[in-house]
Amino acid sequence: MSAEPLLRVDGLSKFYGGRIGCVDVSFELWPGEVLAIVGESGSGKTTLLNCLSTALEPSFGRAEYRMRDGAFRNLYDLSEAERRFLMRTDWGFVHQNPADGLRMTVSAGANVGERLMAVGDRHYGRIRATALDWLSRVEIAQDRIDDEPRAFSGGMRQRLQIARNLVTNPRLVFMDEPTGGLDVSVQARLLDLLRGLVEDLGLAAVIVTHDLAVARLLSHRMMVMKDGRVIEAGLTDRVLDDPREPYTQLLVSSILQV
Amino acid sequence: MNAIAHYNFAYLDEQTKRMIRRAILKAIAIPGYQVPFASREMPMPYGWGTGGVQVTASIIGPNDVLKVIDQGADDTTNAVSIRAFFAKVAQVATTTHTGDATIIQTRHRIPEEQLRIGQILVYQVPIPEPLRFLEPRETETRKMHALEEYGLMHVKLYEDIAKHGEIATTYAYPVKVEGRYVMDPSPTPKFDNPKMHMSEALQLFGAGREKRIYAVPPYTEVVSLDFEDHPFEVQTFTEPCALCGAEGVYLDEVVLDDHGGHMFVCSDTDHCEDRRAHGHRGRLGADPLEAAS
Amino acid sequence: MPLLAVRNVAKTFTMHLRDGIVLPVVNAVSFDVEAGECVVLSGPSGVGKSSILKMVYGNYGVDSGAILLARDGQMVDLATATPRETLALRRDVVGYVSQFLRTVPRVTALDVVAEPFRARGAGHDEARAKAATLLARLNLPERLWSLPPATFSGGEQQRVNIARGFITDHPVLLLDEPTASLDATNRAVVIEMIAEKKHAGTAMLGIFHDDDVRSTVADRVVDVTQFAVRVAA
Repeated sequence: MSAEPLLRVDGLSKFYGGRIGCVDVSFELWPGEVLAIVGESGSGKTTLLNCLSTALEPSFGRAEYRMRDGAFRNLYDLSEAERRFLMRTDWGFVHQNPADGLRMTVSAGANVGERLMAVGDRHYGRIRATALDWLSRVEIAQDRIDDEPRAFSGGMRQRLQIARNLVTNPRLVFMDEPTGGLDVSVQARLLDLLRGLVEDLGLAAVIVTHDLAVARLLSHRMMVMKDGRVIEAGLTDRVLDDPREPYTQLLVSSILQV
Repeated sequence: MNAIAHYNFAYLDEQTKRMIRRAILKAIAIPGYQVPFASREMPMPYGWGTGGVQVTASIIGPNDVLKVIDQGADDTTNAVSIRAFFAKVAQVATTTHTGDATIIQTRHRIPEEQLRIGQILVYQVPIPEPLRFLEPRETETRKMHALEEYGLMHVKLYEDIAKHGEIATTYAYPVKVEGRYVMDPSPTPKFDNPKMHMSEALQLFGAGREKRIYAVPPYTEVVSLDFEDHPFEVQTFTEPCALCGAEGVYLDEVVLDDHGGHMFVCSDTDHCEDRRAHGHRGRLGADPLEAAS
Repeated sequence: MPLLAVRNVAKTFTMHLRDGIVLPVVNAVSFDVEAGECVVLSGPSGVGKSSILKMVYGNYGVDSGAILLARDGQMVDLATATPRETLALRRDVVGYVSQFLRTVPRVTALDVVAEPFRARGAGHDEARAKAATLLARLNLPERLWSLPPATFSGGEQQRVNIARGFITDHPVLLLDEPTASLDATNRAVVIEMIAEKKHAGTAMLGIFHDDDVRSTVADRVVDVTQFAVRVAA
């Protein structure tokens, strides 16, 4: 086990004038750990995710990330170039709507290969081989490599988005409701795929979801947010099986049993 | 003389010329970088070379000799009009001989004859942004240039190979300038790309509608983008020029009749005439005067 | 040194959705489990046996007290461990045969069983082979091995659970009603497997509602009623 966390978040807060986005969020994330951030609409979970992934600048607080060379850098001190490089190599971001995370008008192969080309890969044959390999890993038929994602179903697009993000072996992946909007059977397949990939690749992940079943399945740890604050946090199965806070108990009890 | 209209030298007012020259200097200082400039309304519509005309107007002096070509030819409408324009507003000498010109304004071709120190090639550019068709947002393409994020350019080339088995772009083929900026060389055929590399001449690019100027100073590295396993290649032709027999030059196809008769002739008309004046003949290049006598 | 030492553990549930009713579960729970012995928690239904087991696994939180597990010659307190430390303890020290199997779509019974062994570093093939051995021993039909257990019967799921708990060599093993849905043959198999673990030095803490099984495997019985909190009438 590595001796140091991958991400150290301290007092992260985001205000919109007088309105609270998220307040005083602190936690550590270790390599290979999956953290679920759950909450209902307006809980601040998406704001928190966007701050962590540096899409938003927080009002207060720090988030220190251990770069590949071992040094901890405050994400909000990174230059634009460093930030964008990080997003393309060491990080992934899986959007709820796959169209937001894909280039819809270029082929699946180009979508997967783009990050490789962005970091200087200049061998067509190798790029294509890598793309083929990843398509099969996310269970997309290899003969679809030259098709555009416009022709793909929602589940396929989402899997393509995952491949596109993982091709550079990121150490940290952010996911925003990765199964939102997908049919139930498609969700199950995607969740299983994500579970397997996270385990096989030793990925750390921060997953925002309002679906506790997704959190149970994918995450080791969980943070429950309400009104911008983290009101309960801990081991996922502990929080779900022995919820302490009133709001957590409300959330858990509200899940419909099938 | 009944002077109805009085033009400032080369049409543009002096302040505008200074503004454009400043942009040109910036462009030369940062090879391949698109410098925004306050493009003026010219007496021709957008799409007719207003950018090239403004650049030429800003650099031309009374002792310059101007050549204007369009698709390599001196005698097409566009070239004739622009040449006449400068003859009128600047009263400069004009020529069709590449070797005699100090400024050559061109639409979509580079002359075959190698350019020398002291010559300036002014390109007319429709869309200066090489990434435009992949990334429509100007905000994003500016960042990509600023941060040297050119992966997307190779995505385009990758797509070509995936679709056509080879890089299908045959004109406006993107290049990397001085190892830094990716540039659109204007819609010249890729055949001409190697001529841009380490040229003795100063190359200036003007896009009037898009309001950008960029430049490649003399002796600058200009490398066409490619893949290791799909290297850049120029077009080759199966026949020499039908009129002058030239090989290794860019040829136009000319349809001769309704029976499929065609010939390939030099796109660069001056180059072809020059060769014929020196006695070179292609298979159809018999001198009409000789034939008649 | 015991492999598991529970020290003065107390737990209550506060039901915020029921106007904050406080349900005390247990108080002042203390006992040890040594290597090679099987300690059985006894007491009537609802007295808190299962809750104690879950606290020892970190699945339930502890209000006060300590749950000490031996690790690398030291006693580590699970009750105050961080989530990361708890996961490490579950991976290396304490295993759990739960009463109900939580199934994951698409993961086969074989892989469900193999998973804790893989988490300890075993390769795919090695883990699957060992899983197969255990499932065969528990008489789970081979045709079920490559199916996800969601559609299995209670007894079939139970056997997957058992195999999953027994596949590693965790020093501490928790058993929550492991024979509840099994027939006599398979109950006997489980009794055998427990005996083997004892022989290997595993410390086991279990709940068995079947008197016969309990009397066969138990080295000591801890009556949980002594820890029950009497709510004033």
